[in-house]
Amino acid sequence: MDMFSELDSARGTPRLADIRAAIRLTGAQRVEAKWGLLFISPWLIGFAIFYLVPMVVSLLFSLYDFTLSAPDEARFIGLQNWSRMLFDDPNTWETLFVTFKFALISLPIGMVSAFLLAVLLNSQHLIGKNIFRTLFYAPTMVPLIAAILIWSRVLNPQTGWLNQLIEITGIEAVGINGLRWLDDPNLIYIAYTFIGLWGIGNAILINLASLQGVPTELYEAASIDGAGWLRQLWSVTIPMVTPVIFYNLVLSVVGLLQFFIVPWVLNLGSGYPEGTTNFYMIYFYKQAFTFQNMGYGATLAWFMFIIGLAITIFLFATGRYWVYYAGESK
Amino acid sequence: MAENKKKNEALTDFEIARRRRNLLLQAGITLFALILLGVYLMPLLYGVVTSLKTKAQSADPSAPLVPSIAVTFDYEGKNYDVLQVPTEAGIHEWALVKKGRRASQFVDPGNPGAGLIDWEGNWRALEPVWVPSVQWDNYPQAWNTIDFARLLLNTLVYAFVTMVGTVIASSCTAYGFARFNFPFKNLLFMVLIGTIVLPPAVTLVPTYAFFVNVLGWGGTWLPLIIPQMFGNAYNVFLLRQYFLTIPKEMEEAAQIDGAGRIRTFVSVILPQAVPALTAVSLFHFFFAWNDFFGPLIYLAGNRDANPITVGLTEFNGLYSSETQLILAAAIISMILPLAIFFMAQRVFIQGIVITGVDK
Repeated sequence: MDMFSELDSARGTPRLADIRAAIRLTGAQRVEAKWGLLFISPWLIGFAIFYLVPMVVSLLFSLYDFTLSAPDEARFIGLQNWSRMLFDDPNTWETLFVTFKFALISLPIGMVSAFLLAVLLNSQHLIGKNIFRTLFYAPTMVPLIAAILIWSRVLNPQTGWLNQLIEITGIEAVGINGLRWLDDPNLIYIAYTFIGLWGIGNAILINLASLQGVPTELYEAASIDGAGWLRQLWSVTIPMVTPVIFYNLVLSVVGLLQFFIVPWVLNLGSGYPEGTTNFYMIYFYKQAFTFQNMGYGATLAWFMFIIGLAITIFLFATGRYWVYYAGESK
Repeated sequence: MAENKKKNEALTDFEIARRRRNLLLQAGITLFALILLGVYLMPLLYGVVTSLKTKAQSADPSAPLVPSIAVTFDYEGKNYDVLQVPTEAGIHEWALVKKGRRASQFVDPGNPGAGLIDWEGNWRALEPVWVPSVQWDNYPQAWNTIDFARLLLNTLVYAFVTMVGTVIASSCTAYGFARFNFPFKNLLFMVLIGTIVLPPAVTLVPTYAFFVNVLGWGGTWLPLIIPQMFGNAYNVFLLRQYFLTIPKEMEEAAQIDGAGRIRTFVSVILPQAVPALTAVSLFHFFFAWNDFFGPLIYLAGNRDANPITVGLTEFNGLYSSETQLILAAAIISMILPLAIFFMAQRVFIQGIVITGVDK
């Protein structure tokens, strides 16, 4: 079973009778339960201290006007932080818009690239598969900060190699009127997507493992039916790897909602160029840690959590219709 | 008979055509993959090459691709740039001695005794003469400027302390989920997996206020280390999957021999799970090596405690025009992770596959 289908099956709320039955244990079962809880206690304690309590407190913070530098002046203001965030603060929706716009560009490019690279690396005609796999994975091992620093120079309009490479193909790219990747509001998301492409190694590997798990009989049957390569890819391969696509999709969405490091390293969250890199997480960071506005920061964080949860639930709900799980009849 | 022979010939023709087609496909696809890989890894090559250039060359778009320096010539005790000067007799490499707007004076390094040569034209349009020269010195310079030894020490201590903590906590938890029945086990496991998609921001504000305001731990590593002593969902999931594949008989045998639960776990299960424990340790090491947000907020104001990530970012802010030093520092920071990856890639890749697709 895939980890998310496991999640799915456990989602049903436990009935009261089940709970009673679970609690009514025999002596041996009680000993076992005691040991089980003892073994999971490190995580259980950590979960309570670092997840459960802070989440609740965070929600409480969102009802207060609370600045870290003056904790004694904290006062209860009800839902004012929430109404300010939703109705009075244009930054909330602007930064959310920026985040989603970037996600809509970078997510499909990233996921399709990872899938197609996995198909290439799985090809029976590719010589030296293992070397290719290692080398295509290698950039994912480059520490993100180092990757950003290198890319910021590769994308330099004059001295960067990307523009010089494009110039070889005959397109004018070098120079002040050329492709100014990190300065042009129309190109900035593509530039950030390039940097992101250096982190798709895990997605490639998971896709690859999934491709290797597709039974060869399916391809044989399809080819007897006269299906060509493209048709096989569309009708056999893609449906069979949908669980992995789904897994990558959920993790990518959650990750993109928290997109922070690239714009921070490149421009310290200034939004350059023209506010196109004012991501939601940057705004949260400024409110909570630059202005030390704990109450409003907590409100923004909770809102991010709600949005992420809504998207995740939406994905799981629609996943029933397009994600294929082997052994499950529909 | 003759018909049969004909059929055989046709078959071999078909076979030859098939092989030829396969060979072509192999060559085509491998070539395509090579080109793609070249483009994909191009920034890495750019980083290495540019980190070995002078600052002047790294900022000059018309400079050669390989690390080089502009040639100068010592004439009567002063250094002059050698430029490529076009004349009627072809291009000469002369040193520019006296600059003028419309006409300049040069000296021929091959024959300085001949004195100054007049040349008409704008010297600014002339290209310098480059000779290949590798600036290895950029690396020690970057290392010292960024104080890499201190950044490395901070990062390594953080990585190892939290690695030990998270591996111990995660393996205990994973064993609990893999082998024991207890009330609400499925629900708790679901909650554990759910923490993967929980944005850390939602717990961050009160945690920060508590660590910094209540405990006064701002500027120290404690707020970063302590939460990791309680395990993490990815690690628990991976280890649990692995423990489930270990046959129960081994534990039962140990228990018949009188070993307690903890003893069984430590002396039977853990030695069997070395590949999974290695994978989890490596994942954690890479996580710690890359950790940025936590150190950024908790270590603010204490530069001596910075890890590599934050140190590099500050370095980039302060020395942004020194491209060659920034790139040298970036490359220094990736050597250890890349080396570990190339040495341990099998264990590593298996671990990623287990967390991603394992049944």
